[in-house]
Amino acid sequence: MTNTLHRYGDAASFRDDYVVFAICSRGKNDQDSVPKLRRFLEMALPFKPVNLGDARHGGALRPSKSMSPVSHWKRDMQPDFQAVIDGLDTPTTAAAVFDNRAAAEDFVKSVKAADLGLSVNISTSIEGAEQCCDEAGICRHSVGYSLGFEGKTAHLPNEDVLQLSTMCGHGMVSSSFAKKMVDWVKEGRRTPEQAVTYLARFCSCGVFNPSRARRILEDARKRTK
Amino acid sequence: MKIDPSKCVACGNCTYVCPMGAIYIDPAIKRATVNRDECVECYACFNGLSQEHLNPTMVRTMRKLFQLMRLRFDPEPDVCPTAAFAPEELTWPRVVRRAFSDPRVPHESTGVEGRGTEEVKTNDVSGRVQTGEVGFTIEFGRPGVGVWIREIQEMSQELARAGVAFEKKNPVTSLMSDVATGTIRDDILNEKVLSAILEIKVPVERTEEIIRLVWDVEKRLETVVALGVGTRCDPDGEDRTVAPILERMGYKLERAKTNVGLGRITNSAPAARQGEVVTR
Repeated sequence: MTNTLHRYGDAASFRDDYVVFAICSRGKNDQDSVPKLRRFLEMALPFKPVNLGDARHGGALRPSKSMSPVSHWKRDMQPDFQAVIDGLDTPTTAAAVFDNRAAAEDFVKSVKAADLGLSVNISTSIEGAEQCCDEAGICRHSVGYSLGFEGKTAHLPNEDVLQLSTMCGHGMVSSSFAKKMVDWVKEGRRTPEQAVTYLARFCSCGVFNPSRARRILEDARKRTK
Repeated sequence: MKIDPSKCVACGNCTYVCPMGAIYIDPAIKRATVNRDECVECYACFNGLSQEHLNPTMVRTMRKLFQLMRLRFDPEPDVCPTAAFAPEELTWPRVVRRAFSDPRVPHESTGVEGRGTEEVKTNDVSGRVQTGEVGFTIEFGRPGVGVWIREIQEMSQELARAGVAFEKKNPVTSLMSDVATGTIRDDILNEKVLSAILEIKVPVERTEEIIRLVWDVEKRLETVVALGVGTRCDPDGEDRTVAPILERMGYKLERAKTNVGLGRITNSAPAARQGEVVTR
């Protein structure tokens, strides 16, 4: 699935959204790829990612299958990056999400130097990816453009909701839930920080960007589009 | 997916998290209920909601008391308080729904793992899209609308009539009874999925023709379409061919997935299968 490609927003709205992911190709470079994919994720840590994920197990914020009633009052809202790294146990896609270009650039430079042999992609605005490549001294190999949503777009929700829900390209963050979180933040029932952790737990591959989501919720609090 | 009525306390949390809006509180039984026609078996409810294991009778009593006192019951919105979801054993053809909708399961109905394919994400290693070619991903149903397989067939048959070849390692292609005509097997046409992707490759000269064809067909569909267009960059990393075509057709190019070309073939033996590659 073209999971990170079709995030809704204009180029400016991706200023705090850089998804860098590594993937192996079946039969070509998937042998012994698990330690390389883990290494890729470990290398992201010094650059302060806002999320890490693998496409099989999920991101740094995950749901619990055995919550206790008291955990409502002392719920762990912090991402667990090490759990993502330790949990990657099969050839899959490993992703690191950053909320600023400098971090993404430095990470891409570091990945280039490590020469893991995996395919590495940057999913963000076209200009943002070009700048990352320039800074790392890389010529782009291939590019996949998103042409946005067409067809019966009347079925789609409003812009704020769409920006939030499309951050899980697998569609696991529902529009209704994103709308509910916008409303709850607007009503003051939850903070944007709390709301993004609820949303992020539904993303099944860890590419949801909590930092961008927080900004979108802050903006929506004042004026829902 | 089913919800165990003996456990459900009708808190309503699950009605929001369903990407298809297929869960509702049935007033007749006062329990959350799944609309099976609309449910695409994505398991977002089961996988995404945290679960408590509270006593349902106790929770119902408390909720009634709160309601009497006009107090707001304000649970965490991403929790099923009684772990009421009960996944069911899916059989053919319904299992196709899950294969296309739950990103965590291998594509068991088709034998192709993952919902999508590698596209240009591994183009530096696979060479799937060469200079002078354009790869299209035509995705249906996302975000949050869903698509009936019969709608995908409308597009695939039209593309086939235009003489387009479908990517072989694609879940939709593997479900075609006749790839030459883009015909999908009859027994799954009335299944609904969260999203699905047709994947094709054409010479760059056909880019505009294909997009216009997609525009024509999507008018007849009751869903949304997301087009992805992939191409190989020039040796200096620029794309001087495809982007101008797209911009001339009125597209404002905002976002892209950029393969930075760091991949290489490293396998020592031919195609020793290490596991399942889940693609994004």
